[in-house]
Amino acid sequence: MADAKSQPTQEFERVLKDSATEVASFERHRKSPLERAQHVLHGNPAFVPLIVLVISLLLFGLLLGTKFFSAFALTLILQQVAITGIVGAAQTLVVLTAGIELSVGAIMVMSSVIMGQFTFRYGLPAPISILCGFAVGGLIGYVNGFLVARMKLPPFIVTLGMWQIVLAANFLYSKNETIRSQDIAAQAPMLQLFGGQVRMGGAVFTFGVIAMVLLVLVLAYVLTQTAWGRHVYAIGDDPDAAELAGVKVEKTLIQVYTLSGLICALAGWVLIGRIGSVSPTAGQFANIESITAVVIGGISLFGGRGSILGMLFGALIVGVFQLGLRLLGTDPQWTYLLIGLLIIFAVAVDQWIRKVAG
Amino acid sequence: MTDAILQARGIVKRYGRVTALDNADFELRRGEILAVIGDNGAGKSSLIKAISGAVVPDEGEIHLDGEKVQFTSPMQAREAGIETVYQNLALAPALSIADNMFMGRELRREGVMGKWFRMLDRPAMESFARQKLSELGLLTIQNIHQAVETLSGGQRQGVAVARAAAFGSKVVILDEPTAALGVKESRKVLELIQDVRSRGQSIVLISHNMPHVFEVADRIHVHRLGRRLCVVDPKECTMSDAVAFMTGAKAPPPEAIAA
Ligand SMILES: Nc1ncnc2c1ncn2[C@@H]1O[C@H](COP(=O)(O)OP(=O)(O)O)[C@@H](O)[C@H]1O
Ligand SMILES: [Mg+2]
Repeated sequence: MADAKSQPTQEFERVLKDSATEVASFERHRKSPLERAQHVLHGNPAFVPLIVLVISLLLFGLLLGTKFFSAFALTLILQQVAITGIVGAAQTLVVLTAGIELSVGAIMVMSSVIMGQFTFRYGLPAPISILCGFAVGGLIGYVNGFLVARMKLPPFIVTLGMWQIVLAANFLYSKNETIRSQDIAAQAPMLQLFGGQVRMGGAVFTFGVIAMVLLVLVLAYVLTQTAWGRHVYAIGDDPDAAELAGVKVEKTLIQVYTLSGLICALAGWVLIGRIGSVSPTAGQFANIESITAVVIGGISLFGGRGSILGMLFGALIVGVFQLGLRLLGTDPQWTYLLIGLLIIFAVAVDQWIRKVAG
Repeated sequence: MTDAILQARGIVKRYGRVTALDNADFELRRGEILAVIGDNGAGKSSLIKAISGAVVPDEGEIHLDGEKVQFTSPMQAREAGIETVYQNLALAPALSIADNMFMGRELRREGVMGKWFRMLDRPAMESFARQKLSELGLLTIQNIHQAVETLSGGQRQGVAVARAAAFGSKVVILDEPTAALGVKESRKVLELIQDVRSRGQSIVLISHNMPHVFEVADRIHVHRLGRRLCVVDPKECTMSDAVAFMTGAKAPPPEAIAA
């Protein structure tokens, strides 16, 4: 067919034609079990953290018995990771675009302070204050996104600066005042909404936990089943390629940071439910904790790879270690030491999985 | 003049102090295969990026089908009917073949799931992708869910070419589509190019491979130092002439410059 279409004009071209008749074949060598594992993990990036989670649950279960393996203790872990899980969801979105969001914790605290102070200082109805908290969270996220996407500033620097700015603004605005739990319960119980619980036997699920799980599930859907989610991954992979392929990179990036800010505001609301009061000093380590959950959850800091479910497993792993080691009565420093090891292990696994491309 | 589907006049594109396009002209006629050849750095990729909306030229005019166009994004060019396979392929390596083929123009489910939950119609996208890939005959991909980065270089190229060819457009631009391919795969791409042309689409083929260019091109645009040096007819010119023009070893005949 090709021969009929073209007339060879040069000697070497004729040779080319002859050589083109053999059948195309791609190498299909047998894969070793290790290579197959690599491929499975490549396709299912939440697998490693899930395995680590199950193993650590079993380990502590064996060591501690029913003290650990009770509905109460296990749901306690969920309560303890609710905030990290929500902030981690915000972090996941940004990290998937190959960014990093250091101001998540500051946005969360700022939003909770606004929800509290707007109600108690200005006497606004709680729902309005809550909306204002969300608006401020979204606005800060938008500014981050604008600086990263339009001004092309590195996310690390932008959010490092924003972290300081927001945290300082938070202390200045709140005058370092804490709003007491009893006052909130008496005057604006809606602020503590996420502290509410449902009990099933020994299991205790706070509304905060339920919100966290729902949020992660919704985002998992959005990231895998909608065009927008696919674009987030494509941008993290290679923003130039994504742009050429037809993704509106700047707009999507701004949306990602804005959404991340809104999710942090939600975390701020849940935070009030968790600690009861509104405190400008709460949640100091939320940014580091969320990055830890993301990394242990197998989401690549280089962007474009990983699953938000992995982040949830990562947060739960940290929670399991914290509770398990505390129940064992060990020095809390062991927790940090082991989590540090897990972080390095997770990054090593990520690098190994990436080699599948080679 | 009248049979030109895509035409550019006086395109200038500067990157800082580098002038990638220096008053470049360009003309693609309806239903032809126009090859663009030139040394590395001559500005071939810049030219097609300017035409396909990937970069906005600093100066110059572009006409598609007789109408002046000014694209500011590849999406706009695509909607107007210009599909491009970029030299770097513009694929998202971690995403699946189907996700890549539909990047930026995804299909959504019918009804509530699509409208309210914006759910992708994966089955439709995958069957379309599979159909286009097998039409191309280029690939022996077993798993359409495979991430693009797990494909070989030739298979990736095939996905990118299939993506451009799949969406019935007026103009298909291919920037060095066979550069990374083996002999048999290159042959498939050349056949595909001829197939696409026989469907009435016009094609711009950028290539370093003289035998390929001389085999399929109706006309050859020689690009040198950021501008069109001349247009030659492959039937009236030898490969060594073409190479001599593009490297500056020989001046082109005056009638070729006027073209
Ligand atoms: N994004 C860019 N930034 C700076 N210089 C560029 C960019 N793209 C291309 N150039 C320069 O423009 C010139 C033409 O490049 P290009 O169009 O890629 O040539 P070709 O495709 O013919 O090899 C080269 O000197 C190249 O270095
Ligand atoms: Mg080039």
